[in-house]
Amino acid sequence: MNDSDNQSDLYAARTHIYPRSVSGRFRRLKWGVLALAYGVYFLLPWLHWEREAGGDQAVLFDLVGRKFYLFDLVVHPQDIFWLAGLLMIAAYLLFFVTGLAGRVFCGYFCFQTLWTDVYILIERLVQGERPARIRLAKAPWGPAKIVKLGLTHLLWLLVAFMTGLTFVLYWGNAPELVQQFFTGQAPFAAYATTLFLTTTTYVMAGIAREQVCTYMCPYARFQAVMFDKDTLIVSYDAQRGEGDKGRSKLGKTLKTKEARTEAGVGDCIDCGYCVQVCPTGIDIRNGLQIQCISCALCVDACDTIMDSMGWERGLVGYTSQRKEDTGVQARWLRPKVIGYAAVLVVAIGLLGWSVSHQVPFDMTVAQERQPIYVRLSDGRIQNSYEVKLNNKTNKTLTLRFRAEGLPEGADLDFGQFTEISLRPEQRLRLAAKVRAMPKEFDGHSHPFYLIVEPQNAPELQPFKAQSVFYVPEK
Amino acid sequence: MADQNQGKAVQTTGHAWDGDLQEFNNPLPRWWLWTFYATVVFAVIYWIWYPAWPIASSFTKGIGSVTYQANGEEVTTHWNTRAELIEEMQTGSETLKQQEYMKKVAAASYAQIESDPEMSGFMRSTAKVLFADNCAACHGIGGAPLKLGLYPNLGDDAWLWGGSTEQIEQTIRAGRNGFMPAFGEVLSDEQVEQVASYVLSLSGSSADMAKAEAGKAIFQGKEGGCYYCHTESGKGMHSQGAANLTDQIWTVADVPGAVDDAGKLEAVKKVIRGGIQRQMPAWSGRLDDTEIKLLTAYVNSLGG
Ligand code: SF4
Ligand code: SF4
Repeated sequence: MNDSDNQSDLYAARTHIYPRSVSGRFRRLKWGVLALAYGVYFLLPWLHWEREAGGDQAVLFDLVGRKFYLFDLVVHPQDIFWLAGLLMIAAYLLFFVTGLAGRVFCGYFCFQTLWTDVYILIERLVQGERPARIRLAKAPWGPAKIVKLGLTHLLWLLVAFMTGLTFVLYWGNAPELVQQFFTGQAPFAAYATTLFLTTTTYVMAGIAREQVCTYMCPYARFQAVMFDKDTLIVSYDAQRGEGDKGRSKLGKTLKTKEARTEAGVGDCIDCGYCVQVCPTGIDIRNGLQIQCISCALCVDACDTIMDSMGWERGLVGYTSQRKEDTGVQARWLRPKVIGYAAVLVVAIGLLGWSVSHQVPFDMTVAQERQPIYVRLSDGRIQNSYEVKLNNKTNKTLTLRFRAEGLPEGADLDFGQFTEISLRPEQRLRLAAKVRAMPKEFDGHSHPFYLIVEPQNAPELQPFKAQSVFYVPEK
Repeated sequence: MADQNQGKAVQTTGHAWDGDLQEFNNPLPRWWLWTFYATVVFAVIYWIWYPAWPIASSFTKGIGSVTYQANGEEVTTHWNTRAELIEEMQTGSETLKQQEYMKKVAAASYAQIESDPEMSGFMRSTAKVLFADNCAACHGIGGAPLKLGLYPNLGDDAWLWGGSTEQIEQTIRAGRNGFMPAFGEVLSDEQVEQVASYVLSLSGSSADMAKAEAGKAIFQGKEGGCYYCHTESGKGMHSQGAANLTDQIWTVADVPGAVDDAGKLEAVKKVIRGGIQRQMPAWSGRLDDTEIKLLTAYVNSLGG
């Protein structure tokens, strides 16, 4: 490809791609990943989970209640930094596997790849294999074409709708929401989200397809910086395939290896199978290209051909730049990969620690600033505080308060409440007052701790919050 | 179309000016064009749907409408954010939740409100706003006036007119008239100083004992007659709104703010000479029963 070709590419009308089906070990692996991903995605909202409080759905993102339920873990707005941790782990995991194995994410796990795979499968089931599809596309409009194309698009839309609806189910009680959805009683956001995701799924997986990977995906653009000579790439062994005189079809005389060696041609029989199966429509024999999503379908294709010829597999296969250039096996342990792995381990460790040490309840103490203090009739000084409590456990807690760091004789007053009981997930604001004789203090302000002690949960540590007792100068 | 261009030079529009000046034909990508058309369609729908065009002294009203209650009547108007706000304030889920709580509070006793953490939490957050709107101008936000003097601090534990919920409610409902006559005309300067010394000594401040003795006689006797309201012990009387003079709280005389004993004495003398006249308006006509109830509970919770 030369430069001017690349330029005109942007304005060229798209050439439609009709990938041929293939079977082989990578295709099987991809079906496996697909089944797993679809299974998790579509079934998870329906998984029931017993909880004392909150929804009984295993995974539920309760926006109204401002809580995310993930099995036994309840994530509160205060835990938002976990999301940062999760994103960081995701990013480094991506860097790590990319450094190691190139675009495996693109080829095996990316939603775009997974959904496009299903759409191509539907296309094939309805319209037939690649030649039949090409023929159908070229055929004039008639009843058969309308039915076949219509059915394809209908099925695509159905999958898109299921995808959109399922996404919505994560944000509410699934069975209830489905019922509301079809009786027209679901919240507007549910319809809007479903419509949005249905449309995007249909457009991206059905119509845009490889253009998403080539033109829209930012990851495709920056992944190159994570590549090095040892990164695994899908590549065509040009030396073996072309020989001295280039690739050549089988013909009458070039059917055996010996004959081919004698004629100076390589092992590639120019059958084009590897090109036909490629979902991004490229010819891997032209070398590594930006469009290649490393899905390894061309590997399966060529392996099939080599098997049928009785020749050794691997004319197209996973290899690395180093292997290609020098014949030396790729090194797995490289400073970069080890670096990514180290960051990854630290990040996972920190997140794990943070999640397992989730504080069971929150308490914040805010001093009232207006007035900052009040003088009482017996000469004592009174400061007021607003105490906010949030029970994040799933049991009712009985809480008792005490202050630490106040001088003898200081008095902590919670009004009517000597003991407070807090339901699971309940939030409360209480008013507290502290009174003390001013002469007990040396300075102007006096830091102290308000401590809340759970009475009925021995496994929980008392919780401390710091505040200040202000004393006027005179 | 575009693939005919492939490999060729960019085409021109076909016009030539001045003999050789030509214009390249580089059409926009199709998706770009379609996005543009989509925004045009969106704009047209928007124009029709919402109030948009000014016409002389009026404007197009759009086809959306909002319905709300005004003075017991149902009003339907063209869509606008004001009407939408009014509707939201009447039928919004938060409003309904608040109304429900208001009913709950209205039905509860003061003791119930205080002993229920949820209700008292609601009481505090709602009454804080009511207080800021109606009371804070005099009493200050949080019940503490900026300067000691005209208005009592509601955060301390001294109550001129009584600190039970009934008394506080009565104060808010009907208002209060605080009055202490000016003694500047009746008593001589010396006598005023004597009474002031006695008053200071009541709450344990240092004072000239001889003057205080003399002051006591005036305080308890016919001459001053202070004991009518402040009682013989000086502890004050709620029914008169007369202050307790034996405690550390000064609502008018700025004793805590004085730097030395002479300053304290001057502060008290000033009050005795000039008397006090202050008023709290009645709120029964302006606030409804539930609001008064919320304020009462709030004020009660502020003071000890
Ligand atoms: S070249 Fe091979 S690995 Fe790359 S996208 Fe095409 S089929 Fe997949
Ligand atoms: S599938 Fe293998 S043999 Fe066939 S064209 Fe591709 S590389 Fe050559």
